Amino acid sequence: MTSPTTRAAGPVDPKLLEILVCPLTKGPLEYDAERQELISRGAKLAYPIRDGIPIMLVDEARRLG
Amino acid sequence: MTAPYVFDRATVTARRKRAAALGAPTFLIERIADDLADRLQAVLRTFARAVDLGSPGDAMARVLAESARVADVITTAPWLEPRENGGTVSVVADEEMLPFADGALDLVVSGLSLQAVNDLPGTFAQVRRALKPDGLFLAALLGGATLTELRQSFALAEEECEGGVSPRVAPFADVRDIGALLQRAGFALPVTDLDNVTVRYSSPIALMQDLRAMGATNPLAERRRTPLKRATLMRALEIYAEKFSDADGRVRATVEIVWLSGWAPHESQQKPLAPGSATHRLADALGTKEIPLGEKADPRRR
Repeated sequence: MTSPTTRAAGPVDPKLLEILVCPLTKGPLEYDAERQELISRGAKLAYPIRDGIPIMLVDEARRLG
Repeated sequence: MTAPYVFDRATVTARRKRAAALGAPTFLIERIADDLADRLQAVLRTFARAVDLGSPGDAMARVLAESARVADVITTAPWLEPRENGGTVSVVADEEMLPFADGALDLVVSGLSLQAVNDLPGTFAQVRRALKPDGLFLAALLGGATLTELRQSFALAEEECEGGVSPRVAPFADVRDIGALLQRAGFALPVTDLDNVTVRYSSPIALMQDLRAMGATNPLAERRRTPLKRATLMRALEIYAEKFSDADGRVRATVEIVWLSGWAPHESQQKPLAPGSATHRLADALGTKEIPLGEKADPRRR
């Protein structure tokens, strides 16, 4: 997060997680470390984290039943 | 009210993706990044957490990372670029739907990404919410006069060859409208200014190749889906070369960069005084006689 030229591989930056919200509802997200997903209960969507990068796009999110 | 659907966002992203993979010309974003460095230098404060919102390449993020005024940098892009291609993105986000908590950021910058947003007022409002009080929004986008030569050439050629005009060049926001939108989104001290760039090309075709390489070809939802007729294209090129070339035969293309800045409101900022709080009379300052409210100024009465 400090330099754009070095990107930490693997786990997502915890400082980044603190400030992310659901782009649709602006509600809180739950971090599922095992599935590497950010879950928005309000929108019933799970946003994937790939390569340590949260993909905060509604089109890419998994719908929760 | 839903925002007008002008830009086909999936197409915008697909074109930018292709441009990034092919190595797009970067002279515009580099010019903007240099300007950003100067503008940040002129702001006498530091920013703990900054976001680069969807700027192409890493020129803007590099300026933020190198600036003594900025600590943490988060870069967003509308898609995930593989790390082996030098991807520097920290979060994938759509400029129309920001994933940042209220008051989480101190600085948001953006270069050359907001002209393809459908709901500019919506994006401005989301940026404003994501900023802390006294946080700064500093962005550059393409404005109204951009590619006016190409727009005119296509309009004339289509009129002549096909008997009607279809949208070929995106509508760009007017600088005055952008100022008004900033104010409407609740930004304090909104300022806009223009950087007009004339780019010269050996031919109109060279310009079009550059636009394609930059991923800037027609992304309009209403664009004509049938392929451009050869005759229309040739006529447009002819008109362009006729109307917009210099003595040396090179053609001109206008690029209007609109810079905007606005602050999330904070009590330390300058603001107008409350009505009725004046300590001196305006009439005294003007050296004239004060006419009380409710009485009409009558030129016959002295």
